Amino acid sequence: MINVRGVTKSFGEKKVVDDVSLSIEKGKITSMIGPNGAGKSTVISMVTRLLDKDNGDVLIEGDNLFTKPNNELAKKISILKQSNHLELKITVRELIAFGRYPYSKGRLKPEDNEFIDEAINYMELGEFEDRYIDELSGGQRQRAYIAMTIVQDTDYIFLDEPLNNLDMKHSVQIMQILRRLVREKNKTIIIVIHDINFASCYSDNIIALKDGEVAVSGTKNEVIKKSILEEIYEMEINIQCIFGHQICVYFDDQNGDGIDDDPQEYAQAFAREQVRA
Amino acid sequence: MPKMTNDKLLIVLAAGAVLSIAIYMLYDLNPEIFFYQIPSRIKRVIAIVIVGVAIAVSTVIFQTIVKNRILTPSIMGLDSVYVFIQTSMIFFGGASSAILLNTHANYFISMALLTFFTLFVFKFLFRFTGNNVFLLLLIGIILGTLFGNLSTFMQMMISPEDFLVLQNNLFASFSAVNEQLLTVTGIIIVIMLFFVLRDFGSLDVMSLGRDHSVNLGLNYDKKVSQLLIIIAILVSAATALVGPIMFLGLLVSNLAHELFSTYKHFYTVIGASLISIITLIFGQIAVQFFFDGGVELSVIINLVGGIYFIYLMLRRSRV
Repeated sequence: MINVRGVTKSFGEKKVVDDVSLSIEKGKITSMIGPNGAGKSTVISMVTRLLDKDNGDVLIEGDNLFTKPNNELAKKISILKQSNHLELKITVRELIAFGRYPYSKGRLKPEDNEFIDEAINYMELGEFEDRYIDELSGGQRQRAYIAMTIVQDTDYIFLDEPLNNLDMKHSVQIMQILRRLVREKNKTIIIVIHDINFASCYSDNIIALKDGEVAVSGTKNEVIKKSILEEIYEMEINIQCIFGHQICVYFDDQNGDGIDDDPQEYAQAFAREQVRA
Repeated sequence: MPKMTNDKLLIVLAAGAVLSIAIYMLYDLNPEIFFYQIPSRIKRVIAIVIVGVAIAVSTVIFQTIVKNRILTPSIMGLDSVYVFIQTSMIFFGGASSAILLNTHANYFISMALLTFFTLFVFKFLFRFTGNNVFLLLLIGIILGTLFGNLSTFMQMMISPEDFLVLQNNLFASFSAVNEQLLTVTGIIIVIMLFFVLRDFGSLDVMSLGRDHSVNLGLNYDKKVSQLLIIIAILVSAATALVGPIMFLGLLVSNLAHELFSTYKHFYTVIGASLISIITLIFGQIAVQFFFDGGVELSVIINLVGGIYFIYLMLRRSRV
């Protein structure tokens, strides 16, 4: 359990995060959603000590985050930020091996290599392991970075927009891997994510931020509601239950026929078209 | 296996360094002045090894911190400040001033001021530019030009005799190194190297950037401050001892990265040091035996390094 209490951050005059309190349940996937500039990345940067906070406390299982030695903390929580471009001549396997640094200090032991092999299999990176990372596609690189975070073997894993650069197949693959990590290894995963349908389908809990404050926080069924999401995103959002998942439909009226805002109406129009054809 | 070739490469470079030193030691020995030649050559070799390693190590680490292969402490204005300090001494004290003639005083004053300047620039720039490399480079070049112009201004005002004395101090030279200062510099540099070389692992982690380093449990900000102090002392000690060799660090660090093509500092730091020694020894051989002291070592190194610098810039701009 991670408890964040009254955390605040300003950049210059602007308060980016204002008195945010939230708790993250252990052994679950928690998604953080919200419009651009809501302060999602800033909050997780402060929780993972990448960024100094102006005010507030972060407690990990009751302990204050900032009283722990850095190296011990690196075995407890890990964070992967969204932009990762390195001008380094480094292979996939070497990059992933860095995740073992808190344990090995750069000298890999056999058990470290077991972790690395396992993560390479988990992320299906076997065929790339000896390639340099600057030769990979965006998606392959992203998987390599996530593998690096996995071998760090922390209880809490924070991922800032892990689905960036990924196509549908790899997005689904990564979300399934995250679910597997929760199920098989009892990890706690916190992701910042923009696609609310991925958040709805794959997470247990959702925290929605807006203008640097927590707008709503709860189980996914408590948060994925028309009234709540429309207020957060300031646009029309319809929610349909498809195969047991709450799916948000937020098309714009692009063809100007005035019907696709409402999916039911759209379905009827579509059926009429089919009949006519 | 890339690891094997890197290990072999390191051995080849080490052999190259030993060989070049051997050539320098044995070239054109004259039995009649044998007991003069050998100690004087040994002294120069020691100076070259100390300075070469200091410049190579500090440049490689500096480039890891700023994540850029074109910035070096020298290019950031350090060399101009050295010229400025030397010129000021002559300008205000005259060529016969006690400070200038006393090599010890000159050395310690230069070193203290250089270290102070470097730390000031590092601290100030890193805080206000947020590690923006282009802004850093720009400010470095502006500071360099400022001190360069101030020096030129003073050089115009001093007498031609004073200027000749000054010019002697401005070119890096291993020929007239003071033995006691060599010992002092050696001790300072070995102590600094000890701090760096025992922990290549954390340097490797730092090359991933701040976010990854903090995530992996490294106290990144503290580590950067410590390393910048070490870099400032290394470069200042080397420059105060022999004078500025602007493009040496750039040349050897980039060659090392190109040859080893790895992120591992074990290879790049040691490789750059060996390349540095080889470059300086061959430069010294050229100066001493082929040009008969008519050309300064720093001129040769800067010619080679400068051309390489232009090549790097052109290649970058194409990518």
